[in-house]
Amino acid sequence: MDTLTLTKGVPDFREGQVSFDEDGHLERGETPTVMNPNDRFALQAALQTKVRHGGRTSVMSMGPPGYKEVLGEAMESVYADDLYLLSDREMAAADTWATSITLGTAIEKLGLPDLIFAGFKTADGETGHTGLQTCWCLDIPIITHVVALDIEPEKGRVRAKRLVEGDVEEIETVEAPMPAMIVADPEFEPSYRTAGERLTLKDLRAKTSKRGEKYEEYLTVWDHEALNLDPDYIGLDGSPTIVESVDPIPKAPAERDATMVDPGDPDGLEDVLEEMEPFRAELAAGGD
Amino acid sequence: MTEADRDYEHYEAVVVGAGPGGAAAAARLADAGVETVVLERGVEAGSKNVSGGLIYAEESAPYTIDELFDGFRENAAERPITEYHLHNVSGNKVKSFDISRLHHHDTEWSDAVLRRPMDSWLAEQVHEKTKEVGGGLLTDIRVNGLLRENGEIIGVTCDEIDPITADIVIAADGVNSELARDAGLMDWDDPEEWFQGVKAVVDVPPEAINERFGVGADEGAAHLFSGDLFEGVRGGGFVYTNEDSLSVGTVFHLDSLAAERAEPHELLDALLTHPFLAEWFGDEYSEREYAAKLVPDSKKVAHGSPHEDRLVLVGDAAGQMQAQGPIIKGMNHAVTAGALAAEAFVEAKNAGDPDAAGENYERKLRESGTMRKLRPRRYKAASAVGENGVATAISDAVLKSPLGSLGVKALERVGALDRLYSSPFMAMMVPDTRTPYVTLPSVIAEELGDPVDGESAVEPPDLADRIGGLAYDTDIGNPHIELLDNSYEASGVAVTACPVSARDFGGGCYREETVKTNGSTEQVVSLDTQPCVECGTCAVIADTDWEHPSGGKGVEFRSG
Repeated sequence: MDTLTLTKGVPDFREGQVSFDEDGHLERGETPTVMNPNDRFALQAALQTKVRHGGRTSVMSMGPPGYKEVLGEAMESVYADDLYLLSDREMAAADTWATSITLGTAIEKLGLPDLIFAGFKTADGETGHTGLQTCWCLDIPIITHVVALDIEPEKGRVRAKRLVEGDVEEIETVEAPMPAMIVADPEFEPSYRTAGERLTLKDLRAKTSKRGEKYEEYLTVWDHEALNLDPDYIGLDGSPTIVESVDPIPKAPAERDATMVDPGDPDGLEDVLEEMEPFRAELAAGGD
Repeated sequence: MTEADRDYEHYEAVVVGAGPGGAAAAARLADAGVETVVLERGVEAGSKNVSGGLIYAEESAPYTIDELFDGFRENAAERPITEYHLHNVSGNKVKSFDISRLHHHDTEWSDAVLRRPMDSWLAEQVHEKTKEVGGGLLTDIRVNGLLRENGEIIGVTCDEIDPITADIVIAADGVNSELARDAGLMDWDDPEEWFQGVKAVVDVPPEAINERFGVGADEGAAHLFSGDLFEGVRGGGFVYTNEDSLSVGTVFHLDSLAAERAEPHELLDALLTHPFLAEWFGDEYSEREYAAKLVPDSKKVAHGSPHEDRLVLVGDAAGQMQAQGPIIKGMNHAVTAGALAAEAFVEAKNAGDPDAAGENYERKLRESGTMRKLRPRRYKAASAVGENGVATAISDAVLKSPLGSLGVKALERVGALDRLYSSPFMAMMVPDTRTPYVTLPSVIAEELGDPVDGESAVEPPDLADRIGGLAYDTDIGNPHIELLDNSYEASGVAVTACPVSARDFGGGCYREETVKTNGSTEQVVSLDTQPCVECGTCAVIADTDWEHPSGGKGVEFRSG
């Protein structure tokens, strides 16, 4: 059961990492790049597939040469047999369309795997288009918002539980022939219900930590020539999307002040109760 | 294999629990080429384990841990115990005896250990060995019961994974073994069958240990305490030297602890703050970990026939914990039993009758002399008179009288007390009464002891801080202990006997509550399992439905 997981480097939007200028624009040079957080769930789905059914697990990304570190991060997170980075000046500034054409071409060069995994939208673009368009390029089915996965290799079919309208309460089960693309939802839960699976997982994890340190040995970089792609159809030139401007969304001003109170300090707690007293009166006066 | 088996995952052997008993069993099975899976409920082997801290290699034992695991002493143990002392305490008077001879009797070596580092090291070796034969060791998996077919045990059921069938199930799941109870081989009924131990691991730099205990870098000391330190509760205390810490603990008969309504953490504090120990801790008392454990009394509960169908019990799960007077041996017997259980299965399998493993195991426990150590005949004879209340009252009264004091002095003059305390023969017969634990040591200390000057500056942390210092992964909304009868009569004693509960303390497992209903007041007990250290005390002395938390959940000991 060979799989490929698509991943992307995104700015690390976590507090303390991300940096904005005075106008609220992202300072790309000041902000580190990390693996798109949603892609972790796709990697977990790939790992579950490898543990249960064996086969090759590959990870692919497109981006500047520095994105190899994102693939290294993927390697540390789960076991990967090989890593592919599509990197070239001609590929730069691609929109989701041009990205999908590039990815689709690279996947065909690699040989279509049984399953392709992708995360649910990237933290920077948030379009959720790239996976769908790549499927269109490859002409394979796609199942999105997947929370659980069951594969029947001998029948060549995959069965998935997916969230309907992103609501955890409503789950439907769908089946597709393989090859297919699976978009893992952040609610995706890998499941290992036998001792054998857990032992395989333990074994892979032990190897993963060692392989993660020297991930570059497993890395292949392809440029547009390797993929035999016409520069006019990829990168900025191949992107029909035009970004007119980016408007920063102003941060909501904080209206409340926080005061720290030590729970062991009776005077401090006394003050808290005093502060709350008017609200009690309000409630007693018939609030709901 | 039957039809039903085919639906389940199957291993030749399932070992439940990765303590020394489980590790020994799995290692021997793997060596014999048996496909073995080991299931451990902690996040890492050792994270659920606590022991006082001495492991023995007995000259007379068929197996020792260093024979089974190359490099054990270098990699998994703390200091070798090269000297052993017993201190009788009465107030600030202490009379000490060197009992090294007793300690060295039948002892090839004995090392202090901390269970987290020890068991996790063993688990690594076990995983490598069992992996070679198609199995391995898994953590975070709680085996919750036995899988049966037509009433016969064929495997195990777990919280985290689907049931597994096996040709042999080795239950090395500790003192509160759920498998032993599922099989009806062990129960939690009688407090007289159990001890409860509590322990503090205290930071002391290695050089300070060498200096304060007068030992070399590769040497260590053990000290035992008995007498009037503990409010008349039957039991004693210990101090063992680790590499860079001390294990300081107390062990009491659970029935005595319950009857006296004693608070285990306060009894531990009584030892920690005795002036005799003050200089060992130095100026800064720094407690690394507080822990507790129930200990089976093998004299009473070591199961003579610890097997049923394909299930065999090993170590604490079978009550194989020898505690007689100053001799406290558990881990070594678990190692022996684990290896013998493995041997028993391999022989049965090779003879084409794997179902004979249980019988083989029972015979090997007997023929190797292990059962005789666990349930000595001399104890049986002596306890028949010694544990009788009238006999205790008379001997206590005589000892406390001028006649008794004179006798103690006379014995000392001819060197008889030294000989008495150093006699393995005597140790085997010590009855479980107040006389040897409390009265005799107090009288000896009072008559012969030297006063210890000064006060101890040690201020042990309170219970709230001790609980606060432990790591927990709470299984929120899924408490593993259910209080079946919350009346004070049925379960009130848990408020004091639980090592993480206390009277007038709201942060523990068990609390007293007064409920007013319709004009009457009722004294009840409430339970919050969040601070639980999974010792099992309340399973014995309160009315509970007691289970372990799911795999990886609950308390996680770092030292153990």
